[in-house]
Amino acid sequence: MDVYLPIANLSVNGLYIVLLGGLTGILSGLFGVGGGFLTTPLLIFYGIPPTVAAASAATQVTGASVSGVLAHSRRKGVDYRMGGVMVGGGIVGALIGAGLFRVLQSLGQIDVVISILYVLMLGSIGMLMMREAVSSLRPGLLGKAGVQVKKRRHHPLVASLPYRWRFYASGLYISPLAPAILGMLVGILTMLMGVGGGFLLVPAMLYILGMSGNVVVGTSLFQILFVTMVTTMTHALTTKAVDLVLAALLLLGSVLGAQFGTQIALKAKPEYLRLALAALVLLIALRMLYGLGVQPDEIYTVVPL
Amino acid sequence: MAGRLILLAVAWATLSAQQEPILVPAVSQSRIEVRQGFTGARLLLYGAVIDPSATGRAGDYDIVVVLKGPTEPVRIREKERIVGIWANAGSSDFRSAPAFFAVASSRPVGEIVDERTAAIYELGTDFIQLSPSGQIDPEEQARFAQGLVELRRRQGLYQENPRGVSIAEKVLYQARIDLPSNVTTGRYTAETFAIARGRVLASATARIEVVKAGLEGQVVSAAQRWSFLYGLGAIALSLGMGWLAGRLFARA
Repeated sequence: MDVYLPIANLSVNGLYIVLLGGLTGILSGLFGVGGGFLTTPLLIFYGIPPTVAAASAATQVTGASVSGVLAHSRRKGVDYRMGGVMVGGGIVGALIGAGLFRVLQSLGQIDVVISILYVLMLGSIGMLMMREAVSSLRPGLLGKAGVQVKKRRHHPLVASLPYRWRFYASGLYISPLAPAILGMLVGILTMLMGVGGGFLLVPAMLYILGMSGNVVVGTSLFQILFVTMVTTMTHALTTKAVDLVLAALLLLGSVLGAQFGTQIALKAKPEYLRLALAALVLLIALRMLYGLGVQPDEIYTVVPL
Repeated sequence: MAGRLILLAVAWATLSAQQEPILVPAVSQSRIEVRQGFTGARLLLYGAVIDPSATGRAGDYDIVVVLKGPTEPVRIREKERIVGIWANAGSSDFRSAPAFFAVASSRPVGEIVDERTAAIYELGTDFIQLSPSGQIDPEEQARFAQGLVELRRRQGLYQENPRGVSIAEKVLYQARIDLPSNVTTGRYTAETFAIARGRVLASATARIEVVKAGLEGQVVSAAQRWSFLYGLGAIALSLGMGWLAGRLFARA
């Protein structure tokens, strides 16, 4: 099924794109991550221009996180106050990201920076997740460091920030600057990489902010939902790289896949799921690292002036 | 005196035109529409060469067809290995890189004309006039130009087909040029040259318009002109689809 993508300016196999969206949808249903970290690189491997890939993937993540936010808000799993602060930071981050995007694009380094960011982030997070998954499956394999259940407490740096607010749903009394900065960092990444940033937000909210576990996923999805919306708009206005046809195909796959993933998640063991996610994240990081180190097929690239 | 000179020139021109064959070109499509399901197009450029002198046949000649897309200024970047990572290093600017360039000829161009004539009429991907700009030494510029040509050749945007023109009965010729799905829209020109004994005897130009039509055209113009509404549309689409799927599956 050949589909012509008007903004990407090429013809692709529509079925492949829907399947790709489905795969990331299953992931988001399984693990509660947006799946953008998978969509963008796979679209680039397929030959979609990186900018179009990042912009359209952000649009897809919006769709994938809607039903999640709705489900979590019904269960009172969203801290709106915390979420609002993070969205505010995220919007600032998206705008900073847009500026960075433009600077890096004019320097010709945007692709390399995106790849390096992917390798660094996915590599480190994949290692952490792998370590945790292995130690929870095989206690004692990695020594005692693995499943040490610490008393939940936020990072000392967070405690030192001024102007504290009360976040009742999260059970926190901390400065709003901490979640705002966190939101901003993730917003920059969303703009640059087309990722929702859930795989970064969730651990940061747990281990750095020290939020209570029952609101972490819902609040992270809330932040992702709004920041990807802003990112889509920023891309539409600045890079003009949002491909509606591409986004619609991805969305079709991912919203269906998400439901499928939720069904699997109910049946499978969470430890194995986390192990699988860790392996997948590491695999993509390795593939990107390989891509950076190996001589590329094309030494030359052309950009319009 | 001046009037006489002009008269003389006109007379000479018509006289010599009597000697030269006349080229009558045609194109299968003067407008190519890029719409949903577009996977490329095959363009047929055909025509006749008529010798106005007694026999009506033009004798032995070769035909070269050059199809050229809209030109645009581009920057070529070259990747280099920097501390183990392949990253963009040098760059070079060219003011007029055609988005598409195809040459079809009845024999390899090297056998038809000498290099100088080929360069004048741009009869080959090595002879595209890219108009380099900026201060770089010519050797480096040639390397970048070569890089651009090789890249676009692999993308199917620059083509050379030394047997792409067939001539029937020394009168009718036809050339096929394939446009890939990733062509740029704009105004294309097809130039046909009739060449004999290394000399261009006649040439003719036809124009072809490549446009995005239907839904595709609307999407592109909306993204460019009404960016804000386009962005809102994209957001609404994703929210709507996500919400709908959630509703449908929650009930099931």
